[in-house]
Amino acid sequence: MFAKTAFKCLTISFLALSSPSWAGESSISGFIGAETRIFTQNPKYSGQKNNPELSAIFSPEFRYNHGNNRLSFIPFYRHDSRDDVRSHFDLREAYWLHIANDWQILAGINKVFWGVTESRHLVDIINQTDLIEDIDGEDKLGQPMISLTQYKNWGQLDFHVLPGFRERSFAGTSGRFRGPLVIDTDNAQYESSQDEKHIDFAARWSHYFGEWDIGLSHFYGTSREPRFIINTAQTKLLPVYDIINQTGLDLQYTNEAWLWKFEAIARQGQGDTFTAATGGFEYTFYQVNDSAADIGILAEYHFDGRHHDAPAVPFDNDLFTGMRLSLNDIQDTALLAGVSVDPSSSEISYSVEAERRIGDNYTIELRARFFSGSDADEDGFALEQDDYIQLQFKRHF
Amino acid sequence: MKITSLNKPLNKAILGLTALTIFISTPVWAETPEEKGFRIAARADRSDNGFGDSVSDMKMALKNAHGQETSRIMKNKILEIPDETLGDKSITVFTSPSDISGTALLSHAHILDPDNQWLYLPALKRVKRISSVNKSGPFVGSEFAFEDFTSLELGKYDYKFIREEPCGDMTCDVVERYPKYEHSGYTKQISWIDQAEFQARKIEFYDRRGDLLKTLSFSEYTKYEDYIWRAHKLHMQNAQTGKSTVLTYSNFQFKTGLDHNDFEKGVLTRVR
Repeated sequence: MFAKTAFKCLTISFLALSSPSWAGESSISGFIGAETRIFTQNPKYSGQKNNPELSAIFSPEFRYNHGNNRLSFIPFYRHDSRDDVRSHFDLREAYWLHIANDWQILAGINKVFWGVTESRHLVDIINQTDLIEDIDGEDKLGQPMISLTQYKNWGQLDFHVLPGFRERSFAGTSGRFRGPLVIDTDNAQYESSQDEKHIDFAARWSHYFGEWDIGLSHFYGTSREPRFIINTAQTKLLPVYDIINQTGLDLQYTNEAWLWKFEAIARQGQGDTFTAATGGFEYTFYQVNDSAADIGILAEYHFDGRHHDAPAVPFDNDLFTGMRLSLNDIQDTALLAGVSVDPSSSEISYSVEAERRIGDNYTIELRARFFSGSDADEDGFALEQDDYIQLQFKRHF
Repeated sequence: MKITSLNKPLNKAILGLTALTIFISTPVWAETPEEKGFRIAARADRSDNGFGDSVSDMKMALKNAHGQETSRIMKNKILEIPDETLGDKSITVFTSPSDISGTALLSHAHILDPDNQWLYLPALKRVKRISSVNKSGPFVGSEFAFEDFTSLELGKYDYKFIREEPCGDMTCDVVERYPKYEHSGYTKQISWIDQAEFQARKIEFYDRRGDLLKTLSFSEYTKYEDYIWRAHKLHMQNAQTGKSTVLTYSNFQFKTGLDHNDFEKGVLTRVR
């Protein structure tokens, strides 16, 4: 619903601004792409689709700059050949931004990223995760907001008022990446009597001191992570969204070729108050063997002290190690490979992401993930038969 | 105040007078090659002092040894920091190739301390603090290294005057400069600076082995605001691989009113 309303508003704004008296600067860019996912094993649960999964993706980007005012409009659409749930439309951005000397105000739909670590985004909370796009949590749904930013010599202050909660997307009956029970996203439950209409608030201070970058944040509102309860017929899982308070810290120390990273949160509102943290480093060897290529080594440790009343996550005690290769060639060829190990449960997952440009306007991206030893009862997801290889081909314009 | 301390200013004055006498009585030609090299480099560096800030468009044409060409287009913003013990601030925003459109690099240059650099990745809307150790790595696959853009400050080098010689229809001072900052890929650079407008016409870069690595030629100079000279074409030829990169600048604007707030890491999310 909100998408439709926003679409209308933006269309009207763009029409209004395209009249000759508004001589600004407009641009259209974006991409259209094709994607295939090949699962290397048969599905575990009945109803889940088999190979191959084929999708078309389209996301144009419209921008309009006029003096100190900006408009941005970025719809996103995926059409999936097999999974109706994975076929989805979203407005990634649809906002008006006004810029003054040391402050700015933004109203509309936008994406805001907080944090520094690579293998888990603990502090990042403004936008809901678009889990059916990818299970790595890097894809986000557009969030309606009114945001005020101030730039001071003691740092940057952001205040966000967030009306309109976005539910997390989950795989449907025919989708992979789920447990034995399908998640019924049509019957989500809320702690707040206002349901998804609860207005959330967030604030963040961020600054840098020499080699240190720091961010301190607080969020009050509907948890982006749901916990699950079983419906009375014992056939489906219902997501439950609690009201939480979450304080976050993100810290990076950049020294020579070392990046030391740390994120921590304290969350109240889902059972006992708990803390969670991610910390680690990235070290880069530049121009390996006198070539143009760089190799980075990453290691991050995840701790999560949440109790059974809180949404389960796969990060309670995990070590991620990885390698990043950048060829620094004309095609910007890059590869990131990683292994995530939970020493207590012997869960291991492997991932590879590689991409390069072809010609001036095309990119090709390969992603592969393999899972071993995961146990379904931990977090409602049983991925051990969902090993996959994904190939994406995009035309950028 | 003790009486003895009164002697100090007097001593200083006497010392100063002595120094002045020596300075006056010393002919100018006794200036060491290092002093002369610094003087020439400083005159070139300071020739655009007071430009305030600048905005320009840049096209980068990358050519491999077989002559195949690809290009990148970006916008540059620079904020002049008048204090020579600090470095300028700059933002580079890519508009092409389209898959990296909106990617931006913010740099707060320092003289001998590492620069502060942040990279903006538009797909994730993520601002990342990055290491500035990578001075000698290629900038977006080109023949320009990061340090060719970020290490322009006078204080980043030691200098030595070598000779003067004709360059085109001008006369140039030939000055060697040696990086004082860490992690440079160069042992030395030889620059040709003309004696009329005090602008660089050519720079040769020598690698860590001391061999000629590449040659940068400046052309199509235009004067703005009556004193700000800018080359519009920079041709970098790699002597070892045969590859080359040509930078073409356009739409130079000066004193546009940019200030420190336009060069904070948070504004990277809105620079496009």
